[in-house]
Amino acid sequence: MRMLPMAYVARNLWARRVTTALTALGMALVVYVYTTVSMMTAGIRSTMVATGQVDNVLVLRKGAGAEINSGIARGQAAVIETLPGIATDAQGHLLLSKEPVVLNSLPKRGSGKPSNVSMRGTSAIGLALRPQVRIVEGRMFRSGSSEVVVGKSIASGFQGAELGRSLRFAGREWLIVGVFDANRSGFDSEIWGDADQMMQAFRRNAYSTVVFRLNEVGDFERIRAALEDDPRLSLQARPEVRFYAEQSEALATFISILGTTLSVIFSIGAVVGAMITMFGSVAARVGEIGTLRALGFRRSAVLIAFMGESLLLSAFGGAVGVAAASGMQFIAISTTNFQTFAELAFRFVFSPGIAVNAMLFALAMGLVGGVIPAWRAARLSIVDSLRAA
Amino acid sequence: MFLLNLLLKNAFRHRLRTALTMFGLVVAIAAFGLLRTIVDAWYAGADASSSTRLIVRNAISLTFPVPQTYAQRIRGIEGVKGLSWSNWFGGVYVTERNFFPQFAVDVATYLPLYPEFIVSDKQRRDFIVDRQGVMVGRSLADKFGWKIGDSIPIRGTIYPGTWTFTLRAIYDGIDARTDEGQFLFHWQLLAETFKQRYPGRAFDVGVYVVSIKDPTEAATVSRRIDESFANSLAETLTETEQAFQLSFVAMVETILVAVQAVSYIIVLIIMIVLANTMAMTARERIAEYATLEALGFGPGFVARLIFGESLLIALLGGIGGLAVTLPLAGAFRQAAGTLFPVFVVSPLTQTLQIAAALVVGLVAAAWPAWRMSRLDIVAGLRHVA
Repeated sequence: MRMLPMAYVARNLWARRVTTALTALGMALVVYVYTTVSMMTAGIRSTMVATGQVDNVLVLRKGAGAEINSGIARGQAAVIETLPGIATDAQGHLLLSKEPVVLNSLPKRGSGKPSNVSMRGTSAIGLALRPQVRIVEGRMFRSGSSEVVVGKSIASGFQGAELGRSLRFAGREWLIVGVFDANRSGFDSEIWGDADQMMQAFRRNAYSTVVFRLNEVGDFERIRAALEDDPRLSLQARPEVRFYAEQSEALATFISILGTTLSVIFSIGAVVGAMITMFGSVAARVGEIGTLRALGFRRSAVLIAFMGESLLLSAFGGAVGVAAASGMQFIAISTTNFQTFAELAFRFVFSPGIAVNAMLFALAMGLVGGVIPAWRAARLSIVDSLRAA
Repeated sequence: MFLLNLLLKNAFRHRLRTALTMFGLVVAIAAFGLLRTIVDAWYAGADASSSTRLIVRNAISLTFPVPQTYAQRIRGIEGVKGLSWSNWFGGVYVTERNFFPQFAVDVATYLPLYPEFIVSDKQRRDFIVDRQGVMVGRSLADKFGWKIGDSIPIRGTIYPGTWTFTLRAIYDGIDARTDEGQFLFHWQLLAETFKQRYPGRAFDVGVYVVSIKDPTEAATVSRRIDESFANSLAETLTETEQAFQLSFVAMVETILVAVQAVSYIIVLIIMIVLANTMAMTARERIAEYATLEALGFGPGFVARLIFGESLLIALLGGIGGLAVTLPLAGAFRQAAGTLFPVFVVSPLTQTLQIAAALVVGLVAAAWPAWRMSRLDIVAGLRHVA
């Protein structure tokens, strides 16, 4: 079967430049929304996944979904320390950190509106457990003092959280002596201070979480069983990676569902636009179609040519939309994660997979918008269409 | 009249194209209205708040409690009329997906502070005397099919264990703005269980709710309360109920701003679609417009024809969109369940929907109208569409 050349299809689009550009722009906007939302979801997920370490285990009170809901009494924490299989550092110290985590509401830079920030009481070992965290400005807090270090996103996103300033809470002034970069993980949105000082200041007698490193990743099941079967404890152990992935799931799913629903509704508008354009394209070329058919091109060749025109149009719109959305990569935003009730800063993350999905979405719009007009073009009878010319 | 007739005839000459464009407009205007309503729904809690209620919380953050002993001291502060307190329970009913807020409240003092919760005297009495009792809002009860006397198990995340409550009262909101999705039970039950489990530890209050005599005194009374606890172990932050509710909305502000921005994108998309339709229409009618001008109608008349047709299509589509918004919002409310306890399409949204349709009609016609009004008659007459 003889096909109509691709150049014929492309030239038809070029001949009606204004209409082509308008229709493609409509589709580009839909694809832009779709891509941006996918990038946002990917950004939240990758931030939280980067937060956990494969060989770290996180212990919370049973049933507590988040660190702030949890409570681990000092006695219980001591029992965890006796478990076999916990790694030690070169000096023989257990790689285990007992941490209180609380929320402090601080005013955001710009709007001045308060938002909850996670504050973690930790120690030098806590820092060693998270190799992705590096002090980039100033120094680490001294243990036993009212000094704190703040994550990069906190230093830039909140009023009065810069290096050298002090924060007032729990009846004390806390001097900010350092800023740390947690390599785009959730810790970038936290403030860290000395665990014992924080327990004291907040008048708390229980830690929120205990984090430790495993000697062998394969030991996890055994340690989990030992911990959860101990009747003195009512605790739950999870690999850190899984815990943080779960922490972001509700927010990521919410944004993903909201975004996909919106994109699908919006695509109705763009599909209608494509349909109008393609119907117009067919109507303006009835005589031409008749001539092509008379020359021996089959109905299927006409159908394919018009489908090709619609798909090319949508591919062009899709490419513009994806290109515009990829520019969002350089923007960082933050919002409150419903599960932790605390601020989470993240970036839009672009990936080839997202681009492919967005282009498929665009082509699907072209397919739906083009199929009826193309079908109509293919069904025209040769005599009638030649007479119409 | 003649002009209107011509406009109608013109608009529906290409029935399929006009129908498709209008369909797109209906979808776009309805989506625009729905998105705005979703954003409004987040602010519903703040809108429904009373100006005579203040919320006292721990200055560090909401997750820190306030000592129980503060109750007596707050009652003594000048300007304070009534006082109650509540704790966020944060439990789960069957699965995490069934989210709704649960509060442990001091029932005897709490109900008088919330006159917008309408409940019969008998149910109110039953609730007050039953320590295991619970009162829920009408829409929450409807969602799960709860009836008076039912046992409702809630798994605690902050307070461990499974707690079983007996449904004693169902309240109705005084108007559509009232949140009918709350779950209120006795604070004393929580406090006593806590003390049994952890003897020797004090059980504190989540937030105090203070009613004041005069709404204009809100700022003064707030300052008096905070000053009296300054430099104590638990400093307080007192704000109006509205500011308190808005602080929750502020947390998800980024998402709300995004939704709002996106609601304008759909208007932009449909504007492009209509502009395309009008450009195609105008191009096909070049010869007709040239004829009209040759007959003595001015360029202004041609521009009016194009604007009129565009506005007519946009307005009809806009009215269609407006008409389907209400049933859509109703369906959405059903589907979303307790996520949005208050979901009402506001008159402002409806006005904006029509305004958006008109702007779409005007902008879409601008370019074709400008081109056609500068048409060269001779070239136009020669033009074959």
